[in-house]
Amino acid sequence: MPALELEGLARRYGERTALSDVSLSLREGQTLVVFGANGAGKTTLLRVLGGLLRPHEGTVRVLGRELPQERWALRGQVGLLAHEPLLYRELTATENLRYHASLHGVAPERVEHLLARLRLAGREREPLRTLSRGSVQRVAVARCVLHEPPLLLLDEPYANLDPAAIELVEPLIGRTSARTRVICSHDPERGLAEADVVLGLRDGRPALLASAPDTSPAEIAELYR
Amino acid sequence: MSAETATPSRLTDAPGATHARTGAAGARSMRAVLPALLRKELLVELRTLQAVPGMSLFALSTFVVFHFALNRGTVAGDLAAGVLWVTLLFAALLGVNRLFVADADQGGFDGFLLAPAEPGAMLIAKALTLLAYLVVLEIVAVPAFGLLLLGPSLGRALPDLIWVLALADLGVAAVGTLVSAIAVQTRARDLLGPLLALPLLVPIVIGAARASEPLLAEGHVGHPAARWLLMLGLYDLVFGLIAYALFDFLLED
Repeated sequence: MPALELEGLARRYGERTALSDVSLSLREGQTLVVFGANGAGKTTLLRVLGGLLRPHEGTVRVLGRELPQERWALRGQVGLLAHEPLLYRELTATENLRYHASLHGVAPERVEHLLARLRLAGREREPLRTLSRGSVQRVAVARCVLHEPPLLLLDEPYANLDPAAIELVEPLIGRTSARTRVICSHDPERGLAEADVVLGLRDGRPALLASAPDTSPAEIAELYR
Repeated sequence: MSAETATPSRLTDAPGATHARTGAAGARSMRAVLPALLRKELLVELRTLQAVPGMSLFALSTFVVFHFALNRGTVAGDLAAGVLWVTLLFAALLGVNRLFVADADQGGFDGFLLAPAEPGAMLIAKALTLLAYLVVLEIVAVPAFGLLLLGPSLGRALPDLIWVLALADLGVAAVGTLVSAIAVQTRARDLLGPLLALPLLVPIVIGAARASEPLLAEGHVGHPAARWLLMLGLYDLVFGLIAYALFDFLLED
C-alpha cells in the first residue's frame, strides 16, 4: 500500500492558489524531497499531508486514510517538524515534551531518553525562550519523533543545526530512521542524497517529478530561477 | 558518528516506545489528556502572568474610577450590583482575549491537532482555565468592592453572592472560551473578541445583577430571585452545549 497517494490536489487561500494539480505516489519507507522557491507551496503541501489543512480539490490518501474525511484517524501517525517548533516558549524542554507525551500517550521515560540522546540534558529545565535556535530545533525534533510516527513531515529539518547537532538528529529523522518522509529543502546536494522521489514546485504547480537518480542538481536549480 | 547513533531497531526499543503508537486505534480520552492540558495552561500563566494580574488590576482601577465618577462614598442595591457586574465583565474580557494567544502564536493548535487527543479536551481545559482566572479575579475584586464602594456589609451578602458568582462564571467561561477560539483565528482578534463577547455576555450580566441586587441592598432585603438563578443556569447549559458542539469545527481548518 502506498504511504502517500495524491491525485489532482489543489489548495487555495482565498483567491490565491497555493497548490494546484499535484499528483504523486510514495511507497512506505521512501523519502519524497520537495524543492521550490519561497512561496512555491511546500509548507502548504506538508500541512495538507498532516491533516492540518483541508485539500480543496483532488484526492489525498495518507497512510491509507483519505483526507479530509479520515483525518482524525491520522492523528498520532504523523510527526511534523515545521518552521515553528510547535512548543511553548515559556515552558522548559522537559515540560513541553511531557505535555506532548501526555497527548500522545507516550511514557515519560521516552522524554528523558530523547533529551539525553539529543544532548539537551542540563538545559532541560530552562524555559525554551532562553535556549539557542539550534537547541530549540533539537527539542522540536524530539517532539516530532516522540510518538514514533510512521510518517515524518520535515520542513527544512536541518535549519539552525550545526554539524554536531545534525549528527545527533540524523538517526531520528534521517534516512536510517527507516520511516516514510516528506522533506522540504532548498539544498539540492543534501536533498538529492536524502531523496527517493523528487518533487519540484513552482507557483504551487509541479514543475518536476522524478526519481532521485534521474534528477540533476541543475534541474533543481532551475526551479529557483 | 556517536555511539548513540541508532539503527531503526534500536529506535523502537527506546523507553516508552511500547506506549508510543497510539494513532487511530489509540485515541486519547478526555480524562487522559485533561490533566496535561490544565498543567500546561497553569504553567504558561504562572510564567507570563499576563491574564490574572491584568484582570485584577483592571477591576481595582475601575472601582476607584467609579468611586470618583459617581461622586458618592458608597453604593447599594441595583447601583452596586450594576457597578460590580459591569466591572467583572470587562475584567473578564481581558482574560478571554488572552486565552488562546499562546496556542495561536506558538503552534499549540497544530501540536494538539497532530495528537490523537479528543478535541473537546482543549475546550474543557480552556473553560476551566478561564473559570480559574475568574475565581482568582473575584477573590481580589469582590472584597475590594466591599471595602471601596459597597455601603451594606459584604459579609451578609457573601454566602448567596457566591452562588450567583459561580453561575455567572460558568456562563462567562463557556461563552468566553467559544468567542476566544473564534477571535484568535482572525487578524483583528483583540477587537473581535470583545465585540463578539459583549452581546453574548449581556444576558449573564443582567441575570447576575438582578440576582445580586437584593443581596447588596441596604439591610440585605432578601435572597436572589429563583428565576434569575434559573436563567443563569439555563444560559450556562445552552452555551456549554453550543461551545462543545462547535469547538471541533473551530479548531479544524
